[in-house]
Amino acid sequence: MTIGLTHYLSVAAILFTLGVLGIILNRKNIIIILMSVELILLSVNINLVAFSSFMGDLTGQVFSLFILTVAAAEAAIGLAILVTYYRNRGSIAVEDINMMKG
Amino acid sequence: MTSLSLALAHSLPEVTLALGALSLLMLGVFFAKDGRDWIISELAIVVLGLAFLQLFLGIGPKVVVWDGAFVDDTYGRFMKGLALIGSLVTLILSMDYMRREKIDQFEFPVLVLLATLGMLMLISAQNLMALYLGLELMSLALYVIAAFHRDNVRASEAGLKYFALGALSSGMMLYGASLLYGFAGTVSFEGLAAAIKGHATVGVVFGLVFVLAGLAFKMSVVPFHMWTPDVYEGAPTPVTAFFASAAKMAAVAITVRIIMTAFPGVTAQWQQIIIFIAILSMALGSFAAIGQTNIKRLMAYSSIGHMGFALVGLAAGTQQGVQGVLVYMAIYLVMTLGTFAGILSMRVGDTYVEKISDLSGLARTNGPMAFFLAAMMLSLAGIPPLAGFFAKWYVFNAAIQANLYPLAVIGVLSSVVACFYYLRIVKVMYFDEAAAKFARPSMAVSAVLMFASLLIVFFAFWPAPLDAAAAAAAKSLF
Repeated sequence: MTIGLTHYLSVAAILFTLGVLGIILNRKNIIIILMSVELILLSVNINLVAFSSFMGDLTGQVFSLFILTVAAAEAAIGLAILVTYYRNRGSIAVEDINMMKG
Repeated sequence: MTSLSLALAHSLPEVTLALGALSLLMLGVFFAKDGRDWIISELAIVVLGLAFLQLFLGIGPKVVVWDGAFVDDTYGRFMKGLALIGSLVTLILSMDYMRREKIDQFEFPVLVLLATLGMLMLISAQNLMALYLGLELMSLALYVIAAFHRDNVRASEAGLKYFALGALSSGMMLYGASLLYGFAGTVSFEGLAAAIKGHATVGVVFGLVFVLAGLAFKMSVVPFHMWTPDVYEGAPTPVTAFFASAAKMAAVAITVRIIMTAFPGVTAQWQQIIIFIAILSMALGSFAAIGQTNIKRLMAYSSIGHMGFALVGLAAGTQQGVQGVLVYMAIYLVMTLGTFAGILSMRVGDTYVEKISDLSGLARTNGPMAFFLAAMMLSLAGIPPLAGFFAKWYVFNAAIQANLYPLAVIGVLSSVVACFYYLRIVKVMYFDEAAAKFARPSMAVSAVLMFASLLIVFFAFWPAPLDAAAAAAAKSLF
């Protein structure tokens, strides 16, 4: 069996779904949300590189390099906000993020 | 002219903002004492004003530069003007507040400049890559300023919520972008339009839905609105004003641009989605705001509803509809900034208050402020002859011309429901027992409130300039 475009797309779709479910179903810890976000971005990268290689067009690979760069900045900012939140609240459990409601 | 100098000439406001942000950051690092604001806010206002003036230089036909990533057209310049006004007024409003709350670090104006740069790049994006980079530059700066009051638990919670949901939404948008790239074979908007003309494959429709979901989050429309009330309530008030004004302009601008330039061939597919989210946003914005007691939270639901009204014009999918959206956004910008100037005037002693009941009897303690705020509320409710009425009239008229009668009827009905909570604020200010008297707001805040109210009240006498500018901008998109 040769590995075709469909296989790559399926892997990426599964990873993407896992990432979204990780954010929505996660009731424990905010770090898990950050990990799920990375999972989503990596699934997008798999998609882009697979398409790029199968079409023989470089745009997708350039796009995925940009995504990697932005993802690093995003993770840094996310962790920084998480640290200020932990200092104020003393907890990073998802169920404790409930100061504002309604 | 060489292609580089041509490209620089057409992105002059962006270049100004980028250089301005970097040099202000250096100035702040080397000269600001204890990281305090010093004169960085004032200089940032000058930079924003300079970028605004540069929008009027050399208006020509549509020019695409930077290897097809960036377009300079009348539509872009119109929306950039609105975004720059939003940022500029935000900075004017913020200075007094930041100083009193002791969070007047020089990073704030720098971050506002960077977010504004992201907005301008977003508005001019002409392919999916430029869209993503502009969106992220805007969002990353916004995540930080949402949590800018870092010793305040509510502000850092707001930042955290905004970050988590924002990262999810840009992930969804990216997934959609990767599908569009794969199934249409290009990332440029015009290439997409040519590739999917008339026959949308399943992959393209999936991509379209994911991209619209990501953008809907940035516009804060139902069903991607969950973050809005919490972030609006928790973030420092000038930051909330920034979210509600400039950030909304950029998000709506790019949504209209991508739909009109990349997806004109699949109208049936996107029109259903836009109608669906417009109806839900109008309904939720009207009903959920009724029970609110915090005025910032109320403004969050109000902004969700207003985005729904603006999308009614987009749903029409015509040039008239786009013109309606542009007029709506311009008037909404003035109303929002005015209302937030009013909210920033709500200060008892040294503490800022934000309960609606704090406004009780304002007409007796501070007549002019009550009058201006009442004008804002009546205009947000859409009562003639104030500007808010004309904004709604433009978009509903476009919807009727496009035979979307049910959408227009639902819009009018929900704006009637929304009247209830706006009028309740007017009633609280004019007929309730007087609460504690507000301290005297700073000159700048009062000036913004007064100027915005005058614009709203007298718009009916002189609507031609805005109408003509919006018509020219909408025309350049088709």
